[in-house]
Amino acid sequence: MKCRACRAGAVIELPRHNSALCRDCFLAYCRNQVSRAIDEHEMLRPADRVLVAVSGGKDSLALWDLLLDLGYHVDGLYIGLGISGYSEPSAGYARAFAQSRQARLVEVDLKGHYGFDVRSGAAADHRVPCSACGLSKRHIFDRAALEGGYDAVATGHNLDDEAAVLLGNVLRWDLEYMARQRPVLPATDGFPKKVKPLVRLAERETAAYCVLRGIDYQVDECPMAAGNRHLGYKEALGLIEERSPGTKAAFYAQFLERAAGPVAAAAGTNASTSLHPCPSCGAPTTSQLCAFCRLVERAGGDPKKRIPVSAG
Amino acid sequence: MGGVRVLLRNPRREVELSGPVRVSALLRQLGYRREAVLVIVNGTLVTGDASIEEGSEVEVRPVISGGAGWP
Repeated sequence: MKCRACRAGAVIELPRHNSALCRDCFLAYCRNQVSRAIDEHEMLRPADRVLVAVSGGKDSLALWDLLLDLGYHVDGLYIGLGISGYSEPSAGYARAFAQSRQARLVEVDLKGHYGFDVRSGAAADHRVPCSACGLSKRHIFDRAALEGGYDAVATGHNLDDEAAVLLGNVLRWDLEYMARQRPVLPATDGFPKKVKPLVRLAERETAAYCVLRGIDYQVDECPMAAGNRHLGYKEALGLIEERSPGTKAAFYAQFLERAAGPVAAAAGTNASTSLHPCPSCGAPTTSQLCAFCRLVERAGGDPKKRIPVSAG
Repeated sequence: MGGVRVLLRNPRREVELSGPVRVSALLRQLGYRREAVLVIVNGTLVTGDASIEEGSEVEVRPVISGGAGWP
């Protein structure tokens, strides 16, 4: 198979583009897709200080690499979740990447810092592990970005992630969640700006990017995630995509272009008016204590600890 | 020379198949969807029409990840 752009030997097919590309053309394609996403959605300005949420997996390391190559000032934040046999090797991939690119990696260990890990936190707060994990990550990345003076938090959500979340929201017609499903969320009182520069790349593409760039990453699936609903939606979309390449990208892109605005209007946009600062950590909340501080208290930890991060 | 040694992930295990075999045929044989994996032959990423020779070392690497969706 030949590269559609330069006729050299292809290393990857891109069925949704009816194309195949060689190594160099594929890497250029990835950089171009990320650059287009950033420009189209006005995610970042050239001088912005960006905090990348790093898991040690393919998406976050590809994102960090791409943003560095595009010239952004990017630090990484890794959160040790305390998942036995999984978190330590994941941290190792994040550290190795940071070292290879001479980039700054900040680490926060959930157990060491707050006194609980994902499993014990989930049990104490009567949540499934993925819920305790997501809540903890969102809170810590938000607080770290604000306290560290970063202009934006960048996450490695890719096209497959966004399409799967959209499918789940559509199946429940959850307008509130759909209204917030944007590739960029502007900074608001108490929340940092959040951007998703990988939304134009499928996860097969971010994995291939890492392989071709020689970036080692955590290939194994999180043992806590097996069989979760999100993976089921991805599987369903994968079957549709195989029969009709391009459907997944069109589903998400057409949502942004044609439906996101009306959905946001229908869902209402005044939810922030009832927010007040959490007395424990200062994060915006509608409850007496924010959900993360409640989790920390129930798990027997100290929610008032500051996150040791500052923009380098 | 021997057959084709194939490393599979999640869980990590190894199988041996006879070659030569096309990547697309190998994936059908193992029950994988093409878009759900990358195939790396002797350290090189390959397309579905590539032929895998006897004695090759192959990794079938899944690309789908899930969980809390962060990041």
